[in-house]
Amino acid sequence: MADRQHEDGIIAGRLSPDAYAQNFADLHPPLDEHEARVEADRCYFCYDAPCMHACPTSIDIPLFIRQIATGNPLGSAKTIFDQNILGGMCARVCPTETLCEEACVREHAEGKPVQIGRLQRYATDAAMGEGKQFYSRAAPTGRRIAVVGAGPAGLACAHRLAMHGHDVTVYEARPKAGGLNEYGIAAYKTPENFAQAEVDYVTAIGGIAVEHDKALGRDLSLSGLAAEFDAVFLAMGLGGVNALQAEGEEAEGVENAVDYIATLRQAQDMAQLSIGRRVVVIGGGMTAIDAAVQARLLGAEEVTICYRRGREHMNASEWEQDLAASKGVIIRHWLQPKRVIAEGGKVRAIEVEYTALSDGRLTGTGETLTLKADQVFKAIGQTFEPAALNGSGEGLALDRGRIKVDAEGRTSLPKVWAGGDCIAGGDDLTVSAVAQGRDAAESIHRALEE
Amino acid sequence: MADIRSNFVGIKSPNPFWLASAPPTDKAYNVERAFKEGWGGVVWKTLGEEGPPIVNVNGPRYGAIWGADRRLLGLNNIELITDRDLYLNLREIKQVKKNWPDRALVVSLMVPCEEDAWKAILPLVEETEADGIELNFGCPHGMSERGMGSAVGQVPEYVEMVVRWCKQYTRMPVITKLTPNITDVRKPARAAHAGGTDAVSLINTINSITAVDLDNFAPEPTIDGKGSHGGYCGPAVKPIALNMVAEIARDPETRGLPISGIGGVTTWRDAAEFLALGAGNVQVCTAAMTYGFKIVQEMIEGLKNWMDAKGHASLDDIIGRATPNVTDWQYLNLNYVTKAKIDQDLCIKCGRCHIACEDTSHQAITAVVDGARRFEVIEEECVGCNLCVNVCPVEGCIDMVPLSAGAVDRRTGKVVEAEYANWTMHPNNPMKVAAE
Repeated sequence: MADRQHEDGIIAGRLSPDAYAQNFADLHPPLDEHEARVEADRCYFCYDAPCMHACPTSIDIPLFIRQIATGNPLGSAKTIFDQNILGGMCARVCPTETLCEEACVREHAEGKPVQIGRLQRYATDAAMGEGKQFYSRAAPTGRRIAVVGAGPAGLACAHRLAMHGHDVTVYEARPKAGGLNEYGIAAYKTPENFAQAEVDYVTAIGGIAVEHDKALGRDLSLSGLAAEFDAVFLAMGLGGVNALQAEGEEAEGVENAVDYIATLRQAQDMAQLSIGRRVVVIGGGMTAIDAAVQARLLGAEEVTICYRRGREHMNASEWEQDLAASKGVIIRHWLQPKRVIAEGGKVRAIEVEYTALSDGRLTGTGETLTLKADQVFKAIGQTFEPAALNGSGEGLALDRGRIKVDAEGRTSLPKVWAGGDCIAGGDDLTVSAVAQGRDAAESIHRALEE
Repeated sequence: MADIRSNFVGIKSPNPFWLASAPPTDKAYNVERAFKEGWGGVVWKTLGEEGPPIVNVNGPRYGAIWGADRRLLGLNNIELITDRDLYLNLREIKQVKKNWPDRALVVSLMVPCEEDAWKAILPLVEETEADGIELNFGCPHGMSERGMGSAVGQVPEYVEMVVRWCKQYTRMPVITKLTPNITDVRKPARAAHAGGTDAVSLINTINSITAVDLDNFAPEPTIDGKGSHGGYCGPAVKPIALNMVAEIARDPETRGLPISGIGGVTTWRDAAEFLALGAGNVQVCTAAMTYGFKIVQEMIEGLKNWMDAKGHASLDDIIGRATPNVTDWQYLNLNYVTKAKIDQDLCIKCGRCHIACEDTSHQAITAVVDGARRFEVIEEECVGCNLCVNVCPVEGCIDMVPLSAGAVDRRTGKVVEAEYANWTMHPNNPMKVAAE
């Protein structure tokens, strides 16, 4: 029994060491061979399979599952990596319940889809476990491409470019590569340092140099990169966090969920992480869920998500919401933050206001509620920070605050492509970022060949 | 409640489910366990002639093929006849029969193809008061190389000869077990009939290699790097067995000859199918070897429930009911026209019907209708082949619907005729004998 669970304030070491280990273990333990074969046997090998269409990277899912069923996990892994070199991470973090598995005909037939994500993990683990590399580089082209950001989009782009024989330099602002795979995403979805193992696996193809602590707008300029390299791929993600627009949000204990998750992901010992006794998370997306669940897993006694709209409007999938509920998170709807109540500069509570839709507009009803809290996480969305692009000479066209690209990932500037969360129209999914990076690489390759 | 008591060539059993001569019936311990679970009868594992005991391999005896989730679909074995002492078997048979007088106990026999050998063993079996004997003319491995088992079953003259000896030297009913490793199973059946057999039982196992070990390039089951063909059985062989049973049941020369149906019987439904095609009872082995003896309870209750639901009072009401409906291709009604129909409410949109039809058949199923994923039958192309029904994972989703007389077959443009017309009457048939 943890001795500090009922202590007020933001403190570390609320739980016993065993409890931390248990709480942050693999959410879905890997399938063993027998389980994988049994699950793979459930796949109908559909024609023009709906799951493939639902996958942003268009992995040939029936084929890779059939390869598992026939005892060919390495062949299966190659089928996956052909379309998605970060198939290992996507197997862990994709909201499959709203992608491939939602489209699975068995979901339609019996409400129990083939567990595509876990099968994908089985195959990719098999290949990565033995360090099996499926791709070699084409003859050197002498072309050099700069990739800004070593997240999923950047890595996928770099791998595909390296495969085509180009030399790639990846500039990464943080000390480690992986982007949100390394600094975002809940710890229990990718334990045992998988993100770095995957970075190593992807870059093992060769021809990819990663330079750390190089941020665009600080250490590098877009115009400089465009002048120096044959092409540039921008994949720096989102740097900003939306403000609560609530009075008093500067109080100590009000934190950005993404920053907290990044700290948590880098922590060597969860017992060293401080967490409040009563935590309120503002938001309704995956980040809100990840922050809330992990707050509970760190020993917070009471964790409440406040979302300003209804359950059906939440960006977090139903499955994620259920996960949060199963971990003891309370999700409350139709509440928006109004005022952070502090004492001595520290959060003591948050006042939230009920909301309602009237004529399609969300408005506060005037009725309020005060929730005790010693920690408040903001998870109300991230924003692109275009300031980093300053100094690039010609302006880069934006669309709804993010970089405007065409279907191939081309920006308004020649020689400059972009993908991942920093582009307009994205869905903030790892798997989509991979698809955009891969497709931009093909587009760059085609352009350089001309 | 339906009465499923069985009387097969005078041998009575409380139900028509017997265990076939095989490993499960090699000794009293197993047989008594089987009777406790409710089996109607057993055919004791084949006894050989007196002498040094039979020697089996000491490595694997069985190989298998599996379906999804390792469901065993086919088993093969290279075990020989009993390797226990003849007199030990006979003593146990006698005791078991005494303990279970209401159950059928038949003894399988295989001795050399010599009159004296049969003359010697028959009285020994008779002395046990067993209900009958089954002549093992089927085992395809080991014994066949010594001139027994299927080596006899493949030569109708030998079959007739041995049956005749047995009928001459014993009062016990004789069941002749036939091998399927032959081109026309009617030939040995006719021979057995001519020799005076009381019944035939079939099928024995089929020559087979279940798999090849690709690391060692050795057939399975592998004995020190080598393999031999073994006898194949289990659900996978049921269609072959059903056909052979039907062939004998409808053969004018053997019509009325009692048949004990064997081959892949796993459920009550399988058993009912064998009975419907003319078998008087069924023998089971692989299902018991897969799941244990308890499965007979499902078979008994399932058969009764089905018979009750359909109003069949006794086994005689169902035995052979399907036999008259087995015919030759040339007599099938060519004016019977069906079209596949897909129930859109049941369809889960896997598209297997489409790709099967598109790639391998008649391009008669859509994949997209008005821009949406939708699988519909194109009647103009559908030949009514049933492939889509067979590949559809949802039972009952696709039906073959007959066109009624007077309707137009949109594939041929012809009006469906009410009259029966077969190939022998067809104008395209060069062998057709003009009536005029």
